[in-house]
Amino acid sequence: MAAEKAEMDALKKECDGLRAQIEAARKAVNDGSMSAAASGVASVGRVQLKLRKTLKGHLAKIYAMHWSADSRQMVSASQDGKLLIWDCFTGNKLVAVPLKSAWVMSVAFAPSGNLVASGGLDNICTVYNIKAASPKTLRELDAHTGYLSCCRFLSDTEILTASGDTTCCLWDLETGKQKVIFTNHIGDCMSLALSPDMNTFISGACDSLAKLWDLREGACKQTFSGHTSDINAISFFQSGNAIITGSDDCQCKMYDLRSDQEVICYQDASLNAGVTSLALSSSGRLIFAGYDDFNCHIWDSLKGEKVGVLSGHDNRVSCTGVPDDGMGVCTGSWDSFLKLWN
Amino acid sequence: MPVINVEDLTDKDKAVMEVNQLKLEVKLERWLTSKCCEEIKDYIQALVEEDILVKGISEEKNPFKEKGGCVIC
Repeated sequence: MAAEKAEMDALKKECDGLRAQIEAARKAVNDGSMSAAASGVASVGRVQLKLRKTLKGHLAKIYAMHWSADSRQMVSASQDGKLLIWDCFTGNKLVAVPLKSAWVMSVAFAPSGNLVASGGLDNICTVYNIKAASPKTLRELDAHTGYLSCCRFLSDTEILTASGDTTCCLWDLETGKQKVIFTNHIGDCMSLALSPDMNTFISGACDSLAKLWDLREGACKQTFSGHTSDINAISFFQSGNAIITGSDDCQCKMYDLRSDQEVICYQDASLNAGVTSLALSSSGRLIFAGYDDFNCHIWDSLKGEKVGVLSGHDNRVSCTGVPDDGMGVCTGSWDSFLKLWN
Repeated sequence: MPVINVEDLTDKDKAVMEVNQLKLEVKLERWLTSKCCEEIKDYIQALVEEDILVKGISEEKNPFKEKGGCVIC
């Protein structure tokens, strides 16, 4: 017993020492903040977007949405047990996919537009072919021992998943088997995002950490701390050199990858609601963050100021997305509606 | 490849995992934040003029606008 305790104490001491070294190294390169770099940048002014469409069709809380790469179609997932694929130009529903398990938490569109995937409390990521005459289940990816919180396709043959079992996983869709398992978080993984060059991805978890992973090696390259609660939302900045996180601690943060640290925090004393989701405008200047307070607040990413709000939902905004062409922003809510704004 | 169930890891396993990860991360080469922030700012500003959500879009070009209703020519 004493020997075990001594061993644990030694390991803890080693951890503390290494963490102190890392903090010192970060401090040593911290010679200027984002506020300083952006001091000469003109303000964006008040961002007032108009509600263009309200998409009605789901009968229960919406938990997730994802734009197609064509910037026109979008898939949404609700705990009414359905995925709906929408044509956002007309507002029409194109396809309805009935789910085996209604407890869905995540949905994704493949870049090709041929496949969608979803999963949730069933711990399974199910992939559907939506180009068939009626939606056909292609694969049931079943190996996680916790809920599926997020999934993203790399292509029609590979998909990444994040789970409440604290791991992320890269799957081969041709065999239905796991290719790489990413283990290092000590809390439920809540979200993930692929880098623009597809060589790395980032994950946010309930251990309040964001981690950067090498997709092929399976190794965790960097860890970003600072949040004091679950990280529910995470996104890459378009250049691939920075990431944005959103947390239950009511803050969003930008972390720079090359200096390995937080460079700006998006917080407001009047905001006492957790961040559920986030999306960036096409230039990266605006961050759309969905909150538990029923709103989607808009932040100026460079100046750290709140510059607008999308109000209209009657319940928590659970998901937010900007299509690849940057033409608008979609918000999805527990009020069962999706709204399109620009 | 078997799933590593975190519930099966002992406290010592977790501590060893953490130490090994920190040993990797301590070796990282870190850039100056001033340079990094400057680059992020430049990247954004080069694209911001084309950013619809910042600059706005005319009614005719808006793919999400509500169709129907009267059109005054």
